Amino acid sequence: MAVFEYAFMRRAFLVGILLAVIVPCVGVVIVLKRLSMIGDALSHTSLAGVAGGLLLEISPVLGAAAACVGAAFCIEAIRKKLPRYAEMAIAIVMSAGIGLAGVLSGFVHSAASFHSFLFGSIVAISHSELIGVVLVSILVLSVFLLFYKELFYLALDERAAQRSGIPVGAVNSIFTILTAVTISIAARTVGALLVSSMMVIPVACGMQIGKSYRQTVLWSVIFAELFTVSGLLIAYYGQLKPGSTIVLVGVICLLLILTGKTLYVRLRWTNRI
Amino acid sequence: MLILETKDLSFSYGEVPVLTQISFRLHQGSFAALIGANGAGKSTLIKLLLGELPPTSGTIRVLGRDAGSFRGWRKIGYVPQEGLARHADFPASVREIVQANLCAEIGLCRFPGQKHREQVQRALELVGMEEYGRRLIGALSGGQRQRVLLARALVSMPDVLILDEPTSGMDQESAEDFYRLLSRLNGNRGLTILMVSHDVERICGYASQVYCLEHRKMTVLTPEQVLREEGRSSRISKGGEGICGCI
Repeated sequence: MAVFEYAFMRRAFLVGILLAVIVPCVGVVIVLKRLSMIGDALSHTSLAGVAGGLLLEISPVLGAAAACVGAAFCIEAIRKKLPRYAEMAIAIVMSAGIGLAGVLSGFVHSAASFHSFLFGSIVAISHSELIGVVLVSILVLSVFLLFYKELFYLALDERAAQRSGIPVGAVNSIFTILTAVTISIAARTVGALLVSSMMVIPVACGMQIGKSYRQTVLWSVIFAELFTVSGLLIAYYGQLKPGSTIVLVGVICLLLILTGKTLYVRLRWTNRI
Repeated sequence: MLILETKDLSFSYGEVPVLTQISFRLHQGSFAALIGANGAGKSTLIKLLLGELPPTSGTIRVLGRDAGSFRGWRKIGYVPQEGLARHADFPASVREIVQANLCAEIGLCRFPGQKHREQVQRALELVGMEEYGRRLIGALSGGQRQRVLLARALVSMPDVLILDEPTSGMDQESAEDFYRLLSRLNGNRGLTILMVSHDVERICGYASQVYCLEHRKMTVLTPEQVLREEGRSSRISKGGEGICGCI
């Protein structure tokens, strides 16, 4: 295929495929903990880190990662203080992140670099960034698999998990860092404004089909891969923005699955009558 | 052997006293009921026994150790009230939910083996849910979900089972089945049970001891004593007030 003749497209596909494995793995736990908006809050806060990184002339991805980790711990701290108002913690951190990003971006000279983080620039990934994504993907996937059963129990019932002897505080902290790192690296590719949808949409599709937690995780990854590969191809041939196209493919697919499921249930019901 | 023991246990939410000078003992192998009107402090007492709240004064001993320093909480099985109602759409199979309680036994960063899968199967057999292992939890009825929660509590082979109104929301038949199942676990396996219930008449048919909470105090009664005051007990069933102190 002509699309693979270009090195930047090969890199884009590789990065996309790797992220499509780790983003839903983190996303499934976030969705099941009913914290879907956390991705939005962290990705918006990552923009403050990007601006900070550009101002300090260090890697913007590193700045985004630092901002995400800080924001994630802030959310956890507020959530502990106000356990019944978890959404409020997310809203507070998101507002602070956007505010900070807005102020800092005013001082950034290279506006193009900053804007590339808004909607992502998967086709502009450099070789060193590719290596970074590979390393982060291996790390995130390994930690996710090692803490698979603990993360499941935490998502299902945090109190019961604590009683059963799981070090809930430590596992939550590890997951917070994992989420922050994943979001900061994904923000570079699909864009800070779209990363949370990449976390949630494949999981929403997986939940429609999976008959267990394990199956839901697997289906979420399969859907994320499908959206990424088809999104990149459509974007390449249609001259569209890749990050936005990937997300839109996901949304259309979710709508099709929901419609198909409703029709299937109605048909079964009609046949039974 | 004493499984649970409280001595002069008091608890207040801020300035509001909830429990005052509660002393009781739960012996191994007993089937005890905890009754009381709504707001009498039953759930607070359960939270104290589970180490989720620190007492304002007095002591709680769990399996012979002070609750504050007790670390073997997985030996205390707990079945909450409508525990999975919030998770009715959670994408997990019955087997996965029961196996979750073996996390600590399996160990951090380790994977479950054949032994753990057999443990899960045995727990499901105990509650009569062995045929439902692969089903999604959301596809089960309320009564079946409570059985799954019971299997989750039993899988780690606890020394005592604490249940907080586990049959609320169940129909009469399912509730009766659930009580019979608990009675079998108590009779055949010697499992110690402490169960919170509003269904006074039914629980008195199974329990050997009844702890009644009223006006922040606890009274220990026999099921016969409670049933003798049937009119009064019906007031408990309806969440009324003024029962135990009158007996």
